[in-house]
Amino acid sequence: MLDSIQDLGRFGYQQFGINPTGCMDKYAASVANCLVGNDVNEAVIEIHFPGPSILFEEPAIIAITGADFNATVNRKPVPINKPVFVNKNETLQFQSPKNKSQCYLAVKGGLHLKKWLNSLSTNLKAEAGGFYGRRLLKDDVIELNEGQHDLNLREEAFRVLPWQVNEYIGVDLPKEILVIEGSEWNWLDDLSKKKFLKNPFFISHNSDRMGFRLASEPLQASGKTELISSAVSFGTIQLLPDGQLIILMADHQTTGGYPRLGNVISVHLSRLSQLKTGEEIHFKFTDHQTAETLLIKQQQHLLQLQNACKLRLENYTHEIRNEND
Amino acid sequence: MTPLVDPLPPYRFAPLGDNAIVIDFGNIIDEQINKLVHSVFYQLQNDPIPGMIEAVPAYCSLTVFYDVFFIRNQIDDQNLTVFEWVRESLKKYMSNQNIETGDPQLLINLPVCYDKEFGTDLDFIATKNEIAIEEIIHLHSSAIYRVYMLGFLPGFAYMGLVNEKISSPRKQQPTPVEPGSIGIAGRQTGIYPFKSPGGWQIIGRTPLKLFNKEKVNPVLFKSGDHVKFHSITTDEFNYLKNNPPSPPGVG
Repeated sequence: MLDSIQDLGRFGYQQFGINPTGCMDKYAASVANCLVGNDVNEAVIEIHFPGPSILFEEPAIIAITGADFNATVNRKPVPINKPVFVNKNETLQFQSPKNKSQCYLAVKGGLHLKKWLNSLSTNLKAEAGGFYGRRLLKDDVIELNEGQHDLNLREEAFRVLPWQVNEYIGVDLPKEILVIEGSEWNWLDDLSKKKFLKNPFFISHNSDRMGFRLASEPLQASGKTELISSAVSFGTIQLLPDGQLIILMADHQTTGGYPRLGNVISVHLSRLSQLKTGEEIHFKFTDHQTAETLLIKQQQHLLQLQNACKLRLENYTHEIRNEND
Repeated sequence: MTPLVDPLPPYRFAPLGDNAIVIDFGNIIDEQINKLVHSVFYQLQNDPIPGMIEAVPAYCSLTVFYDVFFIRNQIDDQNLTVFEWVRESLKKYMSNQNIETGDPQLLINLPVCYDKEFGTDLDFIATKNEIAIEEIIHLHSSAIYRVYMLGFLPGFAYMGLVNEKISSPRKQQPTPVEPGSIGIAGRQTGIYPFKSPGGWQIIGRTPLKLFNKEKVNPVLFKSGDHVKFHSITTDEFNYLKNNPPSPPGVG
């Protein structure tokens, strides 16, 4: 899969067919930003293994979250979910995939890029947003925003800063995916309904940022006519004509005409997006009460994390200044 | 101003996951229903319910995306879920609706070259529908179409309805389509703003750029606009390709 610049998505333009794009695992991306004192919506680099080698031409404080690809800086391991200081001329590399699939790199102060329609997310269809509207390629140079040097660590080598994410909701990867019932659920025949709720579904190899195709026993709609196109969403589970399912992911189209059996709840999109080809999931229906409560808990957790990290960063900066004086 | 639909046709609310709700008017392509969708849409654009992220109009449905966290912090009634609160807000909104056409609509004139070089499926339609190519071009370019919705690709306009005599089925397998290509699927007609795989039968191409990312509004059409095609020669196509009018197509 491709590596690209993303934030939490571009909203307000779906009426024009402009899809929101954004990070696959928005929660992990938000955590990365929190750890380095950024706003949660700051642009990050979404990385898939094998990932790039990144030479830092200036010092930076960074954080890596989501998938653990055994990152190193000049051969020293970089832990995930902790901020680290990388000095000028040091190189970040990703050695081997330990778990999960979407890795996020946040840089304190953010990436110096021009917003397109209020967002830094890369829209590959429109060739706009992010880094010249395209995936990242070898030899690209991404400028960093101001605010890198305020720690005054210029003479220091790589070091891990003393705070981390402890309570990390979403780090677990259970197979169960909670779903809100979709408008065309009742198009399925009874046997297919049972299969949907009982059978395992496997992430198929032709899955990408647009959608995860699932492999399982085919399901059947009971002789209904074609559906007239209407809006779809990140997490919409559609029934394809061959009886297989696709779950629409971050780069999904704005509208679709396949029957919508359900929608993965917002909080479970993170765990879903982190699955790899061949991994299995099970669907279970839930209600709005449950889905909303989980989502609100996650948002509150992020707010607390953001405030706590900002405070730690301030104190740390202060200590370093005193040491240097 | 006269109401377009009186009384309101039946509709239902359905969730699209935990952060969107669909106002669904049925599974039908109908001009009056679509006008109603746009009416609600444009009024919501001007006067959004609290916590609305965006609304997406389609043929016969309007989907409203909302911010669960924001709304939960706004509402006092802890017995209601956010979904129920949004549904009740929209219900009140619908009953207050005076159903008028929403935004001022544009009539957009689009030049199309129906040469076989661009209209790669003209022969298919001519054979299948037993109709002369000249007649296909005449029928397609003499009607005024409504933009029912945008979707599929950034700026892809779903327009209709074409004359039944030139209605044609989708292709079995999508094939590569060039930007600016005009296609027909059933009684819909549409334009591909980008190079893309596509399943519609291609009958011509416009030389105008339909998507310009440098503009505040990069898309030429909006839902509810009207579009008229006029036939141009290959020479005119090449001229307009090199000398694009500004703003393109607005008449």
